[in-house]
Amino acid sequence: MKYMDEYRDRDAILRLAEAIRRTVTRPHAIMEICGGQTHAIVRFGLDQLLPDEVTLVHGPGCPVCVTPVEMIDKAIALAAMPDVILCTFGDMMRVPGSEHDLLGIKARGGDVRFVYSPLDAVKVAEENPGRQVVFFGIGFETTAPANALAVKTAAARQLRNFSMLVSLVLVPPAMEAILSAERCAVNGFLGPGHVCTIMGSEEYEPIARKYRVPIVISGFEPLDLLLGIHMCVKQLEAGRCDVENQYARSVARAGNAAARALLQEVFEISPQQWRGLGPIPASGMRLSEAYRDFDAEGRFELAGVVARESEECISGEILQGLKKPCDCPAFGTRCTPDRPLGAPMVSSEGACSAYHRYRPALAPAQTGECA
Amino acid sequence: MNGKPAPAIACPLPLPDQGHITLAHGGGGTRMHDLLERVFLKRFRNELGDGQTDAATIAVGEGRLAFTTDSFVVDPPFFPGGDIGSLAVHGTVNDLAMAGAEPRYLSAAFILEEGFELARLEQVADSMQAAALAAGVQIVTGDTKVIERQRGGGIYINTAGIGVVRPGVALGPGAIQSGDRVIINGDLGRHGMAIMTMRAGFDVDTPIESDSAALWPEVKALLDAGIAVHCLRDLTRGGLASALNELSASSGRAIHIAEDRVPVLPAVRGVCEILGFDPLHVANEGRFAAIVAPEDAARAVAILSALHPDAPAADIGAVTDAAERRVTLESVIGVTRVLDMLSGEQLPRIC
Repeated sequence: MKYMDEYRDRDAILRLAEAIRRTVTRPHAIMEICGGQTHAIVRFGLDQLLPDEVTLVHGPGCPVCVTPVEMIDKAIALAAMPDVILCTFGDMMRVPGSEHDLLGIKARGGDVRFVYSPLDAVKVAEENPGRQVVFFGIGFETTAPANALAVKTAAARQLRNFSMLVSLVLVPPAMEAILSAERCAVNGFLGPGHVCTIMGSEEYEPIARKYRVPIVISGFEPLDLLLGIHMCVKQLEAGRCDVENQYARSVARAGNAAARALLQEVFEISPQQWRGLGPIPASGMRLSEAYRDFDAEGRFELAGVVARESEECISGEILQGLKKPCDCPAFGTRCTPDRPLGAPMVSSEGACSAYHRYRPALAPAQTGECA
Repeated sequence: MNGKPAPAIACPLPLPDQGHITLAHGGGGTRMHDLLERVFLKRFRNELGDGQTDAATIAVGEGRLAFTTDSFVVDPPFFPGGDIGSLAVHGTVNDLAMAGAEPRYLSAAFILEEGFELARLEQVADSMQAAALAAGVQIVTGDTKVIERQRGGGIYINTAGIGVVRPGVALGPGAIQSGDRVIINGDLGRHGMAIMTMRAGFDVDTPIESDSAALWPEVKALLDAGIAVHCLRDLTRGGLASALNELSASSGRAIHIAEDRVPVLPAVRGVCEILGFDPLHVANEGRFAAIVAPEDAARAVAILSALHPDAPAADIGAVTDAAERRVTLESVIGVTRVLDMLSGEQLPRIC
């Protein structure tokens, strides 16, 4: 298929893997930021093609995984309200909150609907004027513009029954949090292609300079990823720390101006709690003053929602690239997609889900090792 | 956070058993299998019905009858390539065919929601009759119930079917042997993605039509040609991945397939990529896997392909004697990974 098959050509992939093998002389740990990249790496087995010196570690780029448990609990509380229709993406339906997930609340009578776009939720609001429709808006810079458009559309149509539970996060502050951590194990990054399509590659340049770390903006197909790894390895071997763009067919240095303007109009930067990573300053987005009326947290009484936490799940360390899913003693045993301990096991972009789907044999209980 | 400082590392407690049926219990994956074991097979299992085959076969005189039932709750009820009526016939006819039985008689029970348009019901009934005629079965008994408005999805249909197994035919996971080849009778994923694109309102350049079809003619062709068919399994909910995992588990053997041998139409692959679905997990309504003796594999592919050249059959892999009794797949770039059963139902991804 055009734009897909050419990036999955076996011979080209094997040639590139060989080129990486010839380039590398010492160990490097490269983190891919985006959960979509993690899944492609594990699905196609790209990590198995790499020389031992190159270790891929998985970053916090799964929007479902990093959504704080208290936000999921708030969404669940809203879904349980009789007059509320809660709309969200399918990915969110099975992510565990403190006691329930949205699919469970739906089974108990909550009106939970999964949609393909935030604008679909605006349509639901128009079709149900007697009920409050809340869109649970989560994600990174990639999905944020569609969220902004939904709020702007609802405002233009003067919909009094539409609001948004906002949990939007930004990638660069999370990268800085990882790089600033005492136990940082990352030497280089594959930058998030989809995010950069919106925001551009330029905002990663100060990070590369400040932390002296190479960042290669990469796509999501096997060849994209291997080429990104090769570019990153070449920088590491040469001692360079630049932002390079492997994904030029989609990403411009300044990103998408219209989408950025929309974000600036509807949202403002805010502190944000990340599941697994804790609070990160200036790493989230909340509705700007002009659109604050559409904030579900202001419209509904949600202060009584209390999140419960567990100590068993190690997703925090997984999301920081300090551990791999199969390092977790619960992986594949006490934590499975059917009974997840944490979001990375249930989200379609979660690292644990990728390993469980494509590498279940790596469960420590079965092999005693994490390859 | 209850007035306490947030911990740096945050993760939720495990979910308690929720005690309610969720949509994930209907997805054809591990949740559904757990439910069947826990509720139904625990109580109903007997020597004729062990949940491992699509239809039970019952000795009657010198021959064998096959008996099966299925319910159809598809939303939307009308979709490119079919509707709930033809689907209700094909689904049950195919369950019989998978037992190697020639389908003969069907029952049809309707649960209709108050307000459902009569003209649409007639359209469904016409479609059922056409599908039954084409499949060579008769609809000989039925039932109708009407439920109050907003208590259902418009129309649900249950069909049960009886078929006849010819002497000497005994298909099932127990007959699967190491070295057997895995044949599929055409490209995968059409039905699931036809439904999904309808639901999502996707405007696809090439409209995806369901593969819904009666499979008995293909099974009959294999049996008539003397192909050593050991087991058949239709690739409905959960798709190829679930079917092969079921066969691996119930036969106690490993199965290895090659991803690049599995035919998938470009349009299906494209929509799957957009939504984050794996075509190997997507439902089909006119596709099956045939586990056949290795020496008959090429002939089986030729016979099936001749029946519908527009969707040729493929030999996608083999039953192996690997110690790990699981399904593995060689990815398109030549790396081997596990092909697992889906957990719950497939839900579209965020980005």
